[in-house]
Amino acid sequence: MKPDRQVGIIGYGGYIPRFRIDSSEIDRVWRSAGRPPARFFKAVPGPDEDTTTIAIQAARNAMRMARIDPDELRAVWFGTESKPYAVKPTSTIVADAIGALPHANAADWEFACKPGTEAMQAAIAMVGSGMAPYALCGGADTSQARPGDVLEFFTGAGGAAYILGPADKGLATVEASNSYVTNTPDFFRREGQAYPSHGQRFTGEPAYFHHIQSAVEQLFAETGHTAADYRFAVFHQPNYQFPLKVAASLGFPKESVAPFILTHRIGNTYSGAALLGFAKALDEAEPGDRILLASYGSGAGSDAFSFVVTEGIAEIRQRGIPLETYLSRHKPIDYALYARYRGKLRLT
Amino acid sequence: MQIARTWRQQASNLRLSGTQCASCHAHFFPGRIRCPHCASTDMQPHAFSGQGEVLVTTVVHEAPRNFEEQVPYLAGLVRLAEGPVIAALLTDVDPKDVAPGMPVEMVTRRIKSDGTSGPIVYAYKFAPLISELQDTP
Repeated sequence: MKPDRQVGIIGYGGYIPRFRIDSSEIDRVWRSAGRPPARFFKAVPGPDEDTTTIAIQAARNAMRMARIDPDELRAVWFGTESKPYAVKPTSTIVADAIGALPHANAADWEFACKPGTEAMQAAIAMVGSGMAPYALCGGADTSQARPGDVLEFFTGAGGAAYILGPADKGLATVEASNSYVTNTPDFFRREGQAYPSHGQRFTGEPAYFHHIQSAVEQLFAETGHTAADYRFAVFHQPNYQFPLKVAASLGFPKESVAPFILTHRIGNTYSGAALLGFAKALDEAEPGDRILLASYGSGAGSDAFSFVVTEGIAEIRQRGIPLETYLSRHKPIDYALYARYRGKLRLT
Repeated sequence: MQIARTWRQQASNLRLSGTQCASCHAHFFPGRIRCPHCASTDMQPHAFSGQGEVLVTTVVHEAPRNFEEQVPYLAGLVRLAEGPVIAALLTDVDPKDVAPGMPVEMVTRRIKSDGTSGPIVYAYKFAPLISELQDTP
């Protein structure tokens, strides 16, 4: 899939809360959870943070780089599976905060961990069709996990936003996109439940791997590209191993993928995960680089994109905030503070 | 919590929107309809940059209703780059690391919520300038 008119990314921004909990601290509390994973950290939202505040800061950072009039945004679309309001859009709050209201479309997207890339496809279509000069899309989550579940080792918090616009103003041009979606119940959260359920190993081969491989292989078929045509590849990152394994199966060398796996530093940020990894790749990209982005959302599906970095990236990128600024923030907290900040202690 | 009042304050809460006197160019936050310096009523909307410096802070341990979840937290006075001094909460900084003169910038955070079923109020707080972040393991 690609639009009639060329579309580019004209700004992007990420945000990651500053608190970190060590996986060994989670293991100290929940030894019954079984084998502890390798030691790493995950980002924890502070008591005054949620998906909305994360999305607002990511959107502000993207606007800071794009330097456009917010009135020119015709869409503000954020994807999440941790909405602060079950009914009331997060996107209207984000759009209000960046001054994009009232003449804009605002909506929340949901598809487990990949609504942000669904919104990106729609934003590409909206700009590519000429309906809008610019559109903002993104994904953010304060990922939920049941205390003691193996999932709790990995669930982090963060998000990223992207502004799509005319290719000639962009730091990267959209070459093509492809989606692969099936009805696969590998991971879900029922209405009214605080924590998601998952199918253990079922989340692997028939879910994550099958869908990403299928989306990327079709993208390759449509573009004529192979893994060798890409300098960087970014995949959804529920843990450190999955993106490396799927990358190897598609022919990508480890060095083109590993630098953009952030799970060991901030955890799995669900809707923010692939988009934050992509922001890290753009932070390091050079003109002419081709970058693959492939998200994954349980339920299940994958959106794959091919981008080519433009000559303008250095000038545009220097207006933004490098993701490393947020990645290197590190205020350690113990499990007690983590439980309090994440609302795992019910006071009433 | 009054939904209508919160709704009326959204521009100032989310975008730090105040006013500037078209006659003597003084800035005001929150906005005013008459300039206290020159008495002009020609007041124009002004979106503040969000940059400022800390003047004074205190740590709140006994919080008012709806703020209990965030104790202990920092409250203080911030002088905005355009001049006005405003009372605000500080975030992303430990009390031992904050000092008068510290440069800060506006961020949007959850200020309070009316229980688990009422509205959530999002508004400005001030955090250390992003370029000066120094949290390390």
